[in-house]
Amino acid sequence: MAKFAKKKDGDLPAVSTASLPDIVFMLLFFFMTVTTMKDSSLLVENTLPSASEIKKLEKKDRVIYIYVGKPTREYEKVFGTEPKIQLNDKFANIDEVGSYILAERAKKPQELQNVLTTALKVDEDANMGLIADIKQELRKVNALKVNYTTVDGDAFRNLQ
Amino acid sequence: MPRRKGAPEVNAGSMADIAFLLLIFFLVTTTIETDAGLDRMLPPIEPPDQDVVIKQKNIFTVNINKNGQLLVEDELMQIKDLRAAAIAFLENGADGSCNYCKGKRNPSSSDNPTKAIISLKNDRETKYSTYITVQNELVGAYNDLRDREAERIFGRTFVEMESQYLDPKNKDLMTETELEKLKDNVKRIQDMFPQKLSEAETTSN
Repeated sequence: MAKFAKKKDGDLPAVSTASLPDIVFMLLFFFMTVTTMKDSSLLVENTLPSASEIKKLEKKDRVIYIYVGKPTREYEKVFGTEPKIQLNDKFANIDEVGSYILAERAKKPQELQNVLTTALKVDEDANMGLIADIKQELRKVNALKVNYTTVDGDAFRNLQ
Repeated sequence: MPRRKGAPEVNAGSMADIAFLLLIFFLVTTTIETDAGLDRMLPPIEPPDQDVVIKQKNIFTVNINKNGQLLVEDELMQIKDLRAAAIAFLENGADGSCNYCKGKRNPSSSDNPTKAIISLKNDRETKYSTYITVQNELVGAYNDLRDREAERIFGRTFVEMESQYLDPKNKDLMTETELEKLKDNVKRIQDMFPQKLSEAETTSN
């Protein structure tokens, strides 16, 4: 009987981890394909209002973003609490919007320059006065296609 | 001295670590979202050459004041009633030329959908979220009417047809003729209820 030495308990065979890299690579490729890099960090509060009759902005390369909202807590001391415009990575005044749109438009390839959309990402607490000024500036540079970016939801939730 | 066993095997044990590192990087930077919102066209800045005379009854005025209250056709209205009022105005069809309209043919309201214009005015102090809700209701009124007609003629909603037409993925899935047909169908419904939403400059009093 000595030949059949009893196995020590707790001596489980090691799980092979050879396929671990494959699994991880699979996940990696998934995230690599669905990822989009954030191109600017938000300096303003940006809680978008909700709406139900929305259309998707399909092509990201045809969109110019304008953010509007109250400066976030860390910028409050410098810029106050009134809603401000954010273009790319910095705060801007209303008269800079036109030149920003023109500069962004010039960066895009020729064939896209006429089909650009301006996405207005506006905080729900902002006033229409500032938006009206932005719209006026957009009209001056002939950027007439705008998209009021919202989240999908019941529009009446905004009123509460 | 000649090698006996060919090249030595490279240790791939750290492969998983490298992959994990990359994975975590992409996990952190990733944002899975497509933006969506209300599409609008702004009016061009140069005024049209000749003045167009529009009858008062063909204009549906919506005023939002700074407290978020609505004045529709000179009467106070709740936002939840706006969509029904806009639909009633758009498909009124007073001159009888619109055979698909189901309106009341009230002679003091719009002649037909191609002439009906919604004019939206707001105060500078109006909250953006209220404005979006009103915009949403007005666009919703058009979409409801278009959906109804698309349902009647093509058996599917307009919103569905339009999103299929605008979806870039469908460019590859559909043949040229199918796409052309869909485009014509979308155009046909759009022409039945053309979206005429005018926004004047804001007032500040």
